[in-house]
Amino acid sequence: MPGQSLLQRILGQTGLYAAIACYVIFALLPIYWTIKISVTPQDLLYSEGIKLWPSRMTLANYTSVLKATDFPRYFLNSFLVSVTTAVIVTVVASFAGYALSRFRFRGKALVSLVLLLTQTFPLVMVIPPIYRIMGQLGLTDNLYGLIIIYTAFNIAFATFLMQSFLDGVPKDLEEAAMIDGCTRFEALRRVIMPLTLPGMGATVAFVFTAAWSELLFALMLINSESQKTFSVGLLTFVSKFAVDWGQMMAASVMALIPVCLFFMFLQRYLVTGLTAGAVKG
Amino acid sequence: MTAITADNLALQRQADRRRFLEPWLYLSPALVIIVTVLVVPLIIGISYSFRKFSAFRSEYVGLGQYRAMMVDPVLHDALINTLWWTVASLALQFFLGLGLALLLNQPFHGRRLVQGLVFLPWAVPIFLTGLTWAWLFNPLIGPLPHVFHAIGLQSEPVTILADPSTAMWGPIIANVWFGIPFFAITLLAARKSIPSELYEAASIDGATAWQQFTKVTLPFLAPTIAITVMLRTVWIATFADLIYVMTAGGPAGSTNTIATYIYVSAFKSLDKGYASAIAVLLLVLLIAYALIVIQIRRALLRDV
Repeated sequence: MPGQSLLQRILGQTGLYAAIACYVIFALLPIYWTIKISVTPQDLLYSEGIKLWPSRMTLANYTSVLKATDFPRYFLNSFLVSVTTAVIVTVVASFAGYALSRFRFRGKALVSLVLLLTQTFPLVMVIPPIYRIMGQLGLTDNLYGLIIIYTAFNIAFATFLMQSFLDGVPKDLEEAAMIDGCTRFEALRRVIMPLTLPGMGATVAFVFTAAWSELLFALMLINSESQKTFSVGLLTFVSKFAVDWGQMMAASVMALIPVCLFFMFLQRYLVTGLTAGAVKG
Repeated sequence: MTAITADNLALQRQADRRRFLEPWLYLSPALVIIVTVLVVPLIIGISYSFRKFSAFRSEYVGLGQYRAMMVDPVLHDALINTLWWTVASLALQFFLGLGLALLLNQPFHGRRLVQGLVFLPWAVPIFLTGLTWAWLFNPLIGPLPHVFHAIGLQSEPVTILADPSTAMWGPIIANVWFGIPFFAITLLAARKSIPSELYEAASIDGATAWQQFTKVTLPFLAPTIAITVMLRTVWIATFADLIYVMTAGGPAGSTNTIATYIYVSAFKSLDKGYASAIAVLLLVLLIAYALIVIQIRRALLRDV
């Protein structure tokens, strides 16, 4: 920047990196600690509790979780539920966001308001009625029931997200395509969709992580071992085995791996995609 | 001549109908799901608040549950706790998230990696967030009490979760940790959509960095800030999982919020009626809040 001395610039840079370091340490501390506990042998757990890294390492916690528990099953269930929910929500929200971004119509303000208000639902309020309705439909203790509920809870936010991404795509692009003879749907598919792929990626990431970590409804609706999602499995694990911290942390780390990989992959879309630059050029 | 006009009219009418129906066509899947899975159960839930449930039956009690609510001292404390929990969590999440968004907008080495790492907490399941932070606050196994002791915040390295005067900070810190990425991601996206020409023009006119922030960045971010703050307030206020996992509302009710109170009333005492009545109260408060923020956002949009 003009008018800045070298000293100022060095101080500014140091401050920048120091601030970034603080954020990174804060963000990683709990995850680091979880990993640390998961590889600490049982006999060192308390004696070396506050050390940054244990003097001996073990993978025994991991092997016992994989071999002796139902966590692989919970893991698969959570994965199926989260992926299905994320895909359905993103498709439905893209259409809804498109309608809110591109059309002026009577009732639009009302639709936005209803979507916003669904965000204010105290979840616990709909638990008793949903539990009854799901029971009558035979959807309790069933992963489809969870998918339906998670889809409904995530649509409003995903719609606003997609609407804001679509607002960033100039209208001229699809109007040009429509003048060239495309129908609106073709213009949406060929012109708008490729430009909003990063936005859709971000939406998938948001919904996936939300569905992956949900506890309350899964706890209410799922009873049998074979249908448990990860959060419910972990809770039963806590109550059944009191405080087997090593195994619990090992299971937690395993649950973190797919979410982190998934999130790292979507990072690229977040980095490059959320800027309007791709559209402006 | 008249035939042509009639044809045109018919075409015109068809086009009008199309234009009228088209947005609803795109909206219909979202609306159908929301109405059947959320709105209908919500209405049934409201009707529960006028009933009293016992093990095998329920009876109509009119406003009985609401009258019970008025004289419930636990609810009174829970309201104050909810306010404190929501305001503290939200303010910290927002300012730290905004700071992070502005940092990530600067060029520096390893930015992509850093961005991946600092957004990671968002991917951590809430249940796990609660447990891990409770673990970090545990003096037997976690480092934090020893750090607090070393810097003089605590006279003894004990868990802050066991002391009614400090317990709420546990879930608040965990909540802030989990929520920073949400603000950082949305605000970074909004920040990146501000045309760089504006900053170039401002710096040619001799604006300082602070002036650029208050005159260009903030006004452009304002609509995004209003909507994200609103959504986040609602989530935090109705968010029971984290507190429930970390302190279950204790010690001595010091971390009991309305959301955890509803949870406890609905499942521990099985009184769905009383739980629903408290939920109605919470819903009314949040709707009032949302309407106010929408008005503010509208005013902000008009100014830009």
